Amino acid sequence: MLAIIRRIFKTGIVTEKYSDCQPADRFRGQLRYNDSTACKGCNRCVGICPTKALSKPGCGVLVNYNNCIFCGECARVCPTNTLVHLPKDKLAEFGEHLTDKLRKSILSTLGRSLHIRHLDAGSCNACDFEMTALLNPVYDLQQYGIDFVASPRHADLLMVTGCVTQNLTQALKMTYAATAEPKLVLALGACACGGEVFGQSYAINGGAVDKHLPVDIYVPGCPPRPAAIIQGLLKALGKLR
Amino acid sequence: MTLTKNVAIWMEAITQATMHGKLQCVFANDERVINGCFAIYALVADCAAGKIHQFGLLTEDEKFPSLTPLIPSAAWYEREIHDLFGLQPLEHPDLKPLIIHAGMTGDFPMRKDAVTCVCNEYHSPQPNNLPENLFEVPVGPIHAGIIEPGHFRFTQDGEDIVKLDATLFFTHRGIEKTLEGKHFDQAYFSATRICGACTVSHALSYSQAVEQAANCAISSRAKYLRIFVAELERLYNHIGDIGNLCAGCGFAVAVSAGARMKEALLRQNEQLTGSRWLRDYIRPGGVAFDIPDDDLKEVVFAIEDIFEDFCELTELLDDRPAFLNRVESTGVLAKTVAERLGAVGVAARASGIAEDSRTDFPYSGYGELEFDVVCEQAGDAAARMKVRINEVWNSVNILRQIVELISPVGEPLCAIGEIAPYTQAFAWSESARGMNIHWLMFGENNTIFRCFVRSASYANWPIVPYCVSGDIIADFPIVNKSFELCYACIDR
Repeated sequence: MLAIIRRIFKTGIVTEKYSDCQPADRFRGQLRYNDSTACKGCNRCVGICPTKALSKPGCGVLVNYNNCIFCGECARVCPTNTLVHLPKDKLAEFGEHLTDKLRKSILSTLGRSLHIRHLDAGSCNACDFEMTALLNPVYDLQQYGIDFVASPRHADLLMVTGCVTQNLTQALKMTYAATAEPKLVLALGACACGGEVFGQSYAINGGAVDKHLPVDIYVPGCPPRPAAIIQGLLKALGKLR
Repeated sequence: MTLTKNVAIWMEAITQATMHGKLQCVFANDERVINGCFAIYALVADCAAGKIHQFGLLTEDEKFPSLTPLIPSAAWYEREIHDLFGLQPLEHPDLKPLIIHAGMTGDFPMRKDAVTCVCNEYHSPQPNNLPENLFEVPVGPIHAGIIEPGHFRFTQDGEDIVKLDATLFFTHRGIEKTLEGKHFDQAYFSATRICGACTVSHALSYSQAVEQAANCAISSRAKYLRIFVAELERLYNHIGDIGNLCAGCGFAVAVSAGARMKEALLRQNEQLTGSRWLRDYIRPGGVAFDIPDDDLKEVVFAIEDIFEDFCELTELLDDRPAFLNRVESTGVLAKTVAERLGAVGVAARASGIAEDSRTDFPYSGYGELEFDVVCEQAGDAAARMKVRINEVWNSVNILRQIVELISPVGEPLCAIGEIAPYTQAFAWSESARGMNIHWLMFGENNTIFRCFVRSASYANWPIVPYCVSGDIIADFPIVNKSFELCYACIDR
């Protein structure tokens, strides 16, 4: 027992604020399109993207971060370095379903606390492991009044990972139905947000989660970093201005 | 590499080979455009000879003799062939649907001419009729914790588990099918996203298979960079898993310590490759970019610190009777069962089978490194934990060796030329869970014609239900976490 207590004191406090957990220099995050440099319009970036995340409407490149797997291929083939990955990871966006009314109702019902139920709809487990990382002493999700719960009945928010598979469609729908109102749905990672990681197959049912459920917050990434997930959650709670 | 139409010769060859080797996998390939019929392949690994043999059978009547009565570990592979190709394994003892739970109507999806494949609507299974003293506990696919989906049905006699039925393949995405027809460079991104925790291992197996088909030799530097990240993957997996095992018995300090160290390792991964999970670094033809030697050394320094921390954690576990009482003699996998059912990786090594594809079938420069295969005899959860602890030592040692041995120059990425249509190749790597095999056949213009993936979890999952009989239901999290198998890896 003494050894354990000694160990706890030796380790001390390791918890960090999510805003301090910045990505490493080599991290491939948000894409920057430099208008000033001469884009030749070769379209190689659009062609090489394995998940159809890029499009070129006229001039400039439009990035659909919900589809992006941040593989770096577009930046690699760009002959003029017009397209560059920045080490920026916080890319969460609201879905069209998240109205101010719902947000207010959630804030007034829940106050500063939020309870999450994880729902794997066909993920590769990387997003799930990042979700687990939220509970480690470094990110310590509970410090924000947010925690994971064991049942959808106790949850305010469903955190959905993976492209929806045939085998999990029923579980997805039943879990959503079992969650009490008001409820939020967060799509986590490229599979759940965009559903284009593998394309379509006999075993995938639509792909993106918003084909089945109203999604309120999208947190892109493959997988998203824990700090980006926390940013998404706080954004949903309206704590970020 | 043999391909025959004679069933008797095929059976005889496999029987002979498995007498001193292990059946790794059985899979089918729609070769009607090449040979006019379907082909069934079996891979048998012969550790003594250091070779993996391939036995192919051309089935003209869409039937083939089941290997399961002879070699039980073939059971799930043959069920998969039956589900996805519609080929009949004759005399297979149990052909209920494995992959798509409610079965499918229409065409068989893995056939090349499949047009409409409709999955039947799935309904949760009804309780079975049981004698009065027994009851069932259904768990999943949505679990209480942050775990991947699987449906477990425990048949209980009080607290004791009588039987466990595991329904997997919930996250079956049909990835093998989605790869077909894609250029191998594009297919790569899907192949490595089969699993998050084994992404390096999948990338390595896949890339090596492509290079083998293309007869492409990569630089020695790229090889060492590859196994450097492969060992980083093993490290964060093993250390995280040891911490997680403690969660099964509520040992919070150890859980936190494991999670903290794993986080430190993931951050090192990001420093080095830009991805916490080391994604998209190993590529067909080498690695995505070169990493300066100084960065590698810095990572090894940082890992030495984490390693010291880790050693203190293991000391904490070693003399804790309350913890040892839970893990010792829990989830015992006997050596005979492990051999018969074809266990791989940590599970096999903890049951006294000294096999490790890094030393048995060396690849990517592992042959030039010095390390021992870690082996334990007890086959329980504690033994699997000990194997992981010793492999952490090994991995740190390997990282030190790589930093010493790596040649300062070498092309990180080399171009891959034209691959002749219908060239086939397979390659393997040792993930944190065991041997991971990718088998590829190419089509025209460097596209994938067929890709079969046998992950380590595929080999070990059918074994887990055998290891819980006699344990109490509260021990299942410990048994499950001691195997620590990926669902995504087997489901694909």
